[in-house]
Amino acid sequence: MTENVSLENITTQVRRDILRMVHKVNSGHPGGSLGCAEFFVALYFVIMEHDSAFSMDGKNEDLFFLSNGHISPVFYSTLARRGYFPVDELNTFRLIDSRLQGHPTTHEGLPGIRIASGSLGQGLSVAIGAALSKKLNNDPKTVYVLMGDGELQEGQNWEALMYAAGNGVDNIIATVDLNGKQIDGSTEEVLSLGDVRQKFEAFGWDVLELNQGNSLELIIQTLKQAKSRLGHKKPVAILMKTEMGNGVSFMMHTHAWHGKAPNDEQLATALSENKETLGDY
Amino acid sequence: MKEYINQGNNDTRSGFGDGLTELGRTRPDVVALCADLIGSLKMQTFIDENPDRFFQIGIAEANMMGIAAGLTIGGKIPFTGTFANFSTGRVYDQIRQSIAYSNKNVKICASHAGVTLGEDGATHQILEDIGMMKMLPGMTVINPCDFNQTKAATLAIADFEGPVYLRFGRPKVANFTTPELGFEIGKGIMLQTGSDVTIVATGHLVWEALEAAKKLNDLGISAEVINIHTIKPLDEEMILNSVEKTGCVVTAEEHNYLGGMGESIAGMLSRKHPTPLEFVATDDCFGESGTPAQLMEKYGLNKDSIIQKVHEVLKRK
Repeated sequence: MTENVSLENITTQVRRDILRMVHKVNSGHPGGSLGCAEFFVALYFVIMEHDSAFSMDGKNEDLFFLSNGHISPVFYSTLARRGYFPVDELNTFRLIDSRLQGHPTTHEGLPGIRIASGSLGQGLSVAIGAALSKKLNNDPKTVYVLMGDGELQEGQNWEALMYAAGNGVDNIIATVDLNGKQIDGSTEEVLSLGDVRQKFEAFGWDVLELNQGNSLELIIQTLKQAKSRLGHKKPVAILMKTEMGNGVSFMMHTHAWHGKAPNDEQLATALSENKETLGDY
Repeated sequence: MKEYINQGNNDTRSGFGDGLTELGRTRPDVVALCADLIGSLKMQTFIDENPDRFFQIGIAEANMMGIAAGLTIGGKIPFTGTFANFSTGRVYDQIRQSIAYSNKNVKICASHAGVTLGEDGATHQILEDIGMMKMLPGMTVINPCDFNQTKAATLAIADFEGPVYLRFGRPKVANFTTPELGFEIGKGIMLQTGSDVTIVATGHLVWEALEAAKKLNDLGISAEVINIHTIKPLDEEMILNSVEKTGCVVTAEEHNYLGGMGESIAGMLSRKHPTPLEFVATDDCFGESGTPAQLMEKYGLNKDSIIQKVHEVLKRK
């Protein structure tokens, strides 16, 4: 597919951006960022009807909220590559006086960011509020939110899940990045999430599963399917299995790269696996 | 001395309810959220008149703060309602990240603040909320003193852009402010002019300060009484002008002296005009069950305590 070849190129460039950003400041979270590169590209380049002339209110456009703010590198790269701010600004990630803070924030006025996130478990509530605001405004567009699986350990998510289902908030699609890993190890070891699908369904959500969350084609298909299920008095969730560190051979199948930057040699290896496509910043 | 007439005891939370009702009629962008305390927050009329603009969140305050933050996106002005304890300490991080740091136009409306919540006891009687809220960058903190002022504050914060913490209470107290006194966020109100001591009071202690000033006047002590309803930003000018004249100050509030209005004033004066100061406030302790009047007396939060502190501070001039 011509469309997907091009999307593949964008994804590869987003991976390069992520790797170079965290390498430069020797900090940040490459693992989860790489795992969600395809999701962000699918969302921002195919699915969402949005305006890169940014307005905080985002009326009559689709909105996206990132709850697990530590994967800011993929968010920043995607926003820059989509035209929200100059690609060169990725150079300032985590540096003093930058709009690209370690975790996303509205505080520095970076276009594309509508809420601060980093302290986990808050994004779903905010997204529900934005979805309710759209309903009051008779705005037919959709609110998307991405959450990590580890952050489901935060209780606020379950308050929000209960609220959205109990009140038929049916203009929201919540995607959970099920990479099965968190800082201290696997989610199974740290605190088992149990059967996430059964839990979401028991709370009243319409749940779709996406077992290949690093396939652009399947992500697009699933997001389209999710969208077609909106408007039926039920919030929609996508449980998306991803591979942390996807696209970089030595970063996959381990939680070691959750919050660790590659050294010079590792960066060279990682970049050799992801050749420049759109031009580095 | 100026005479202030009690127009009839009433609760500040009903002032909030009346203000919210008026906003419901005049401001289509105002929405309200509650965490299972509609009756306590006097929100029923707003709900009856604007069912589509009210969100019953259930007993889930963290979610309420997040939803409120999200509702601002698209132009709504959310007013959250629950007890002060559950409006602050329970949800501090949600307010910090999703509201204050994100600069969302949320109005956190908190009833049953302080010991005058009464019989429910210390689990519900927060005395630390002003401190927590004033420490958040960008947060405006308002603690009105009676029914009329709470209503005026409720209306004013809808016109004000930015996050606000509005603190009020449960008991019926003297309702004495008049429209002529005005209400402007960030501006103190000069209630009595005097020359010997400045009494700066907020919330339920304002009426007590006026009563104390009357007694002090009988004793030949001229007390200036300032009502600070907006603790942050503080009306430094009015306080500085007063203490330059009187040379000493007593602050009065239903809150821990650590983190309260008095601490803000003490800090400001120590930088700009060092002045002897005494606190009428709780002394770094939790409250307990009892009637509001019993608790105000036991914890030293009434006119007698103010008079005693005035005598102490006068000796330090």
